[in-house]
Amino acid sequence: MSTDTKRALLKPIVDDNPVTLHVLGICSALAVTTSLLPSLYMCVALTVVAALSNAAVSAIRHILPSSIRIIVQMTIIASLVIVVDESLKAFAFETSRELSVFVGLIITNCIILGRTESFASKNPVGLSFLDGIGNGLGYSSILILVATTRELLGSGTLLGYTIFPNAADGGWYKPNGMMLLPPSAFFVIGLIIWAVRTWKVEQVEKPEFRIHEVHRTEVV
Amino acid sequence: MPEASPRAAARTETVTRTLLVALCVSLVCSSFVASAAIVLKPRQVENAIEEMRRNILQVAGLWAPDADLDELFQSIEPRVVELETGAYVEGIDPEAYDPVEASKDPARSIEIPSELDVAKVGRRAKHALVYLVLRDGKLSKIILPISGYGLWSTLHGFLALEADANTVADITFYEHGETPGLGDFIVKPAWRELWRGKRAFDDSGSLALSVVKGRVADDDPLADYRVDGVSGATLTGNGVTNIIQYWLGEHGYGPFLAKLQAGAGS
Repeated sequence: MSTDTKRALLKPIVDDNPVTLHVLGICSALAVTTSLLPSLYMCVALTVVAALSNAAVSAIRHILPSSIRIIVQMTIIASLVIVVDESLKAFAFETSRELSVFVGLIITNCIILGRTESFASKNPVGLSFLDGIGNGLGYSSILILVATTRELLGSGTLLGYTIFPNAADGGWYKPNGMMLLPPSAFFVIGLIIWAVRTWKVEQVEKPEFRIHEVHRTEVV
Repeated sequence: MPEASPRAAARTETVTRTLLVALCVSLVCSSFVASAAIVLKPRQVENAIEEMRRNILQVAGLWAPDADLDELFQSIEPRVVELETGAYVEGIDPEAYDPVEASKDPARSIEIPSELDVAKVGRRAKHALVYLVLRDGKLSKIILPISGYGLWSTLHGFLALEADANTVADITFYEHGETPGLGDFIVKPAWRELWRGKRAFDDSGSLALSVVKGRVADDDPLADYRVDGVSGATLTGNGVTNIIQYWLGEHGYGPFLAKLQAGAGS
């Protein structure tokens, strides 16, 4: 694997994570993470959309007039999201009901448009595809972490299987109901961001995004 | 990496070029979406029908996750009812009758007068499809399809009544677009549990069933007819009340239920 592909694929997972570093895609991270299974579907859906929209935008980057580039990117993203949504309704009916509008809302997920605009419109198809996968994985890692925490502490289960026997059913664990409410996702994500930045504090690398970099150092 | 020389950039910026690209992208994207929709449609329809049957079985209290759907469905008898008179209609095949389609056909549906249309149904079919649950050949439950407007969306569901056509057995909504995590309490088992044993009509025969704002007080004399709402989702609760008001009322299943009650009494 060349350094370029490695960077595109792996950097977004910790070092350049869209959720913890850029704080993007928070809306869905709050909404779908009450249990692990819908979160997993959401991760797959977002990764697929991110990778394919990146590849598509990259493929037409030379012929795309800059005056309409954002709307064209949105059109591509929206089409992909509709197809993913329809596929979920056909093949994962129960989960698609649980995810309800949030699959459709991937259209407005800033991670996707952020990557097509800042990466795919300037880089070759293969690399853009990998960048999409990488960012999807970055988002997924946070989503899975948050969903695991919330389902475990909120219901004492994981993927529906009992891990902590519930006090109501004669076990010892009293579920923390707050974990099932949206604010808890804020706390969990906040704690994750704190942890990552404590661990990676020396890794303030020279990045592609100068503006963000300056901004983040001020915050840190 | 360095991209697109200034000359190349200038060439992509002309009006014709812009229109052409926009057109091509729209064409490709729309045919992509359209073909996906067509290919996936049969599976989605199948899922929807299965889900509908599962809902009917659940509201009937017959649902078992591992059992065969078709087999379970055998104890359920679909019947077509003429809403105005409340009589069963023999000429229409219940298996083939689609009330949703009928409600769009002017000849087979009626416009609900606006003062009666509390649930904002608009038009309804003249005939409704109800499901009778039979146990040992005797009527054990009546399942009535209900629909109407909540806060954001039209709710579609079923209300199950016991054989006395008055006591509520269960309520379920299989389609809704209420706020996730708030208005979607209407599909939660704990809330549905609250309906069990409530009564729709009081002793004088008038419709009393409703969802209240917040909790029903323990000493509420009408507690038998009232169901807890959820604070923060009052409008969804009101929507459910309106749906009950319309569908169990004179313009909805009222005549049909009156016939059943008379039959049960005699």
